[in-house]
Order: sequence, then structure tokens, then C-alpha cells
Amino acid sequence: MQYYLGVDIGSVSSNFVLLDEKLKLQEKVYMRTNGNPVEAIKKGYYKISNNMTSDKLIRGVGCTGSGRTLASILLGADIVKNEITAHGIAASYLYPGVRTIIEIGGQDSKLIILKDEVIQDFAMNTVCAAGTGSFIDQQAARLNIPISDFGDTAATSSQAVRIAGRCGVFAESDMIHKQQMGYPVSDILMGLCEALVRNYLNNLGKGKKIEAPIVFQGGVAANKGIKLAFEKILKMPVDVPEYYNVMGAVGVAILAKEAVSKSGKTNFRGHNFIQTGDFASNSFECKGCPNYCEVAMIKRDGKVLAYSGDKCGKWETTLHNLAVV
Amino acid sequence: MKVTFPHMGNTHIPIKALLHKLKLEVIPPPPVTKRTLELGIKYSPEYACMPLKINVGNFIEAIEKGANTVVMAGGWGPCRFGYYAQVERDILHDLGYKFDMVVLEAPDFKFSELFNQVRSLAKNVSLYEGLKAVNFAWHKLNAVEVLEKKLEYLLPRVINKREIEKIYDEGLITIDKCDSKIELKSIVNEYMNKMEGLSLNNAQILKIGLIGEIYTILEPSTNYDIIRHLGRLNVEITRSIYTSDWVNDHLLGSKIKKSNRKHILTAANPYLDYWVGGHGWETIGFAVDFAQRGFNGLIQIGPLTCMPEIVAHQILGRVSNEENIPTMTLYFDEHSGQAGISTRIEAFVDMLKRKNFACTNEYVEKGVVNCSIT
Repeated sequence: MQYYLGVDIGSVSSNFVLLDEKLKLQEKVYMRTNGNPVEAIKKGYYKISNNMTSDKLIRGVGCTGSGRTLASILLGADIVKNEITAHGIAASYLYPGVRTIIEIGGQDSKLIILKDEVIQDFAMNTVCAAGTGSFIDQQAARLNIPISDFGDTAATSSQAVRIAGRCGVFAESDMIHKQQMGYPVSDILMGLCEALVRNYLNNLGKGKKIEAPIVFQGGVAANKGIKLAFEKILKMPVDVPEYYNVMGAVGVAILAKEAVSKSGKTNFRGHNFIQTGDFASNSFECKGCPNYCEVAMIKRDGKVLAYSGDKCGKWETTLHNLAVV
Repeated sequence: MKVTFPHMGNTHIPIKALLHKLKLEVIPPPPVTKRTLELGIKYSPEYACMPLKINVGNFIEAIEKGANTVVMAGGWGPCRFGYYAQVERDILHDLGYKFDMVVLEAPDFKFSELFNQVRSLAKNVSLYEGLKAVNFAWHKLNAVEVLEKKLEYLLPRVINKREIEKIYDEGLITIDKCDSKIELKSIVNEYMNKMEGLSLNNAQILKIGLIGEIYTILEPSTNYDIIRHLGRLNVEITRSIYTSDWVNDHLLGSKIKKSNRKHILTAANPYLDYWVGGHGWETIGFAVDFAQRGFNGLIQIGPLTCMPEIVAHQILGRVSNEENIPTMTLYFDEHSGQAGISTRIEAFVDMLKRKNFACTNEYVEKGVVNCSIT
């Protein structure tokens, strides 16, 4: 079998998928980044490649997510793409004719509008955490409810309480107030779900026409309460794909196949490169001008692989081993 | 008298030339860096926009270098910029800096007013010398702009992007140093030839119009160097604001060269027929104009909390629908996360490429799309 590897290194989770020649998903790994993307990439690659006998099997690699450049340095990517394009590709492949993609991850959220399989408009929220997974994480911790039970408990509610969702801090004080009043936990949880959805739609949906079919993906799509809240507020059915939490990786793996079929060869560095090397990253302050850029560098066994973070490109361009977008 | 002034993109080159020819000792502020911004943020009100913060940083750094007179532009109308000169003077005086501030009010349509203001600054210059100084500065401004436009056109088209940026940067420094009009011409020719001599790629070029607030458009340190960033992604940028047009329209009464201002404001008419301060009206006008000229997309930029651009932003959605052109708005402040902005820019460019250039993706072509991935 020959595979295409899709890698999505996000702020909260790192996702890996292997698609076969027919773009069928064969393996997937969903794990926490835990603030150490280099380790996450090594571990994730190890897990997903475990069942393969030789690295020759990987015909193409694609990277996305906020850690996409780093991943491309470690793995040798054929394509490095932003998350918006990757999510759009995956959803329009799985759901031809999809018009709206709701993607909510750990620290950001996206709204993508498509027509005829092409992205027409998008919005991305990185300003306020009240519309993202971390908001749910925080409140679940406060209520002592495991995050995995959050959605199911919320879904049992018949009468959600109203919680102000404009700001995460105010939502919390509002929620405590409702607890003190004696509302059942399930109704409060459902109230939080609706608060998040209202925040999301106010933030991202402004001026955008949300039309069915709607696909809901990203880690938060696991939460049934949020899905129900979207359906209630939008008055439209919302689909959650089977592999909702690795859709970015699926999208970029599809793009990797496209890139390799054009170039005819892969940049994949191979099994040994990633598994046997000792990777270290550190940074220094460039004193070349008063900008004092913090330049980060990635080393393998003491040899510098790549620089990043300099505004002028002085360091970045010293090495030409990066797969460019 | 040691004169300084605020930075705004490459305008320091003609401004320096003007003041120098008016026989004033000029100390331009050092280039805008992280330190400039840090100083500005430290001493400015948090809710003021980026231009004020950078102005304050510029003035502090210039005064440190010995400047004792600050020349600043004034203004009026709904945009807060009109009283920035006063606010900045108070902030810096409170901090204990000693200097005089000369505020040049934008005269709009009356050349004599500006002339008198400049006269008061340059006392030992004859009328003839004064006019010559203005003329020289105008030529420098145009020389700078010729290179700017060349870079905007060629950066997406050449293979070696780093090389053309280097030639351009060098060209600007040479123009800045030049002291005669004749030399100026040969410098421009020399650098134009150098830029044009580079080999071209055969990529498909997207055309995006850059609209919005004047300072953010002109000053790369406030806009994430968006023109070069897009150029490197093979996007040709056309701006709604070029300094020479602004000077021609607002300071020289549209007398030096042909102005398209009337045309732009007429274009805005179906959507906005009133001056909303700053460049909000022009933003809408250029959006319509660019759409009708067949541009692939529009990016609106401005400093966070910029009122005129917020007004324009609300109207831009309708322009986008009715003129059928995709738009994206980016606001900048000191917190702008680079990763977020570059993701948005890349996604916008990707979107336009897939929309405009024949889609080569087998999986998107009708009929080939199949639904199951499991």
C-alpha cells in the first residue's frame, strides 16, 4: 500500500492521518500537543507509522495548523497549507455541495462559506476565547464535569438556562449565579453551549449568509450539546463528519497527493530522519538592527535545519531546505 | 533649529529633501523598529490608534538624536488624527522633553495657506528658493513612487524575490542621498533597469486592491509589510493611496497632475455619498472602482479602532455582494499575532487562486468527487 500523510499541528491537538491512493482514511492519530510540538510530531509519526514496514510507502506529506512550518521541517513536506484551505478541501471532498463549515478548535474558530466546492468567504476568530473549546474546557473544570461527559449531559437538558456569552469571565460569574439559584447541571451546561454558539455567530457570522448543508468539525464537534445548540439557533440541520477531529489533516493529505502528482516525487525525509535524530530547538536575539527579532532555530544532532522568526528574512534565507507554500 | 517629523512609509525621503532645501537642519527619526513601538505604547493612551503610538515613538527617538523642533500635520473632521499633534505635544512635554511643535494644518484647496505655513518655518529663504524646494521635493516623491509601483508590479512576477527587494531598498537609499534633479532622473533609470533585468516566472498573477486608512497603507511597520508579503505569494497589489495623489489633491489643489478623485467619489455614490472622515469615503470609492476594473479581490486595512474604516467596513459587505468581488478586512494594532494574520492572508490568496484560475484538482471536478473516505 502507498499512503499520503496529513499532519495538523494545532495549539491544543496534533493530528495525523494516512490516506491511501483512493483517498480512503486508513489510520488516524489524535493527540494533545502539550506545548511541545517537536515531541508531538515525533510521537505522532511513530504511532501512525507503526504498522508500516518501510518508509517507502509514504508517497507524499502535507502539513497544516499553526505548527505547520515546524512539521514541514521535521518531516519534509510536499505542501504546507493554512488550516482554512485544508478544512475547506476536506469538507468539500466528503460532502460535495457543502455550503458552510463551522470549525471550532482549542484556541480559535473558523467559519468557511463555500459554493461549488470553492471557498467564497471565511472568518477566523483569534481575539476572544469565549467562542472556542478552551471556554468549554474552563467551565467543565469549574463544574467538576469531565470534558468527555459535557456534551452528553448537556444534551439531556430540556430547558437551557440563559448565560451571557460575550466574555468568558462574565459567563463564569453568570453561571455561578445560576448554580446558586439551584438550576440543574444539565440545563446550565446546555446554557453554556448556547452561549458559546451565540458568541461564535456574533463574532464570525456577522454579515455572512449561513446556508445548509452545514458541516461542523474540529475538536469541539465531539460535544453533542454544541451541535444541538447550533441546530436550535440556526434552525438548520448540522452534520458532524465521522472524523471530525482530524479534518484539517485529511484536507492537507488530499493536497499532498495533488502536489506529488504534479511534481512526481516527494520531499519526505524518511523514517530514520525523524525517528533517530535528536531534535533541539532554541532561539536567540538577532542584533542586526534595532528590531531585535527573536530568531528560532531547529537543530538535528547539532546541525541547524531551519531558522524562523526574523522579519527581514536574513536568517530564513540562509538555508533553502524548506518546502515553500 | 533642528527639525524632525513623523515617519510614514517612504515619505521621509521627500520631506527631508524639502526641509533641507528650506535651509533647515533636519534630523529624521530613526527607522520604525520594535523600540519605537515600545516607546510609543508605553507613553500613549491604550485606545489611541497605531499612528499616534508610532508618532510618539518617532518623536522621542528623534529628540534623543538632538532634534528640538517637531513638524507635525494637523487636520479636522471626524478622524481623531486632527488633534494628535496637540495630544502628542502634551504627552511629550509632560515627560519632560523640551522642543517646539509646528503644526501644519491641511489647507484643502488653498495653496496660499500651506505656503504661508511653510514660510513661517523657513524664515531665511527667498520665495524663489522656497518654490524650488517644493519642486525638488515633488520630484523626489515621484522618483520614490516610480520605484514603489515597479516593485508592486514586478515582485509577484520575478523569480528571485529577495534580489528585487534588495535592489529596491538600495534604490531608495540612493534617491534619499541624491541632491540634484538631473541626478535623480539617472538614478531612477538605473534602478528601473536593474529591476526589469531580473528573469520572470510564468506564474498566474492575482490582482488585489489594497484599500483603507492612509497611514496603515503607507507604513509597512504597521501593516505586517503586507505589500511585500502578498508580492511574495505572486499577488500584484494596487493601492488606493499613493502619496503623490494625496499631495496633489489636498495640498496642491489638483493642479500639478490629473486627479481621479472626482471619479472615485462618484463611484462610491450608490453606497456612500458623504464624507465620513479619514479615508472612509475613498475606501468605498476605490472598492467599487477596483471591482469594475476587474480586480480579483480587495483587502481593507486600518488601525484597530479606526472610526472611518469601521464605517467603510460595514458598507464594504454590500459592495462585495453587488459588485461581486471578495473582500477581507484586517485591523492592526501592537498585539496583531503574526501567525493569525499570515494564515488569513494565505487563505484569502488561496481562495482567490482556486476561484479564478482553472481548477486543476481532480477531486473538485464535477463527477469525480466521491463521497466516502472510510
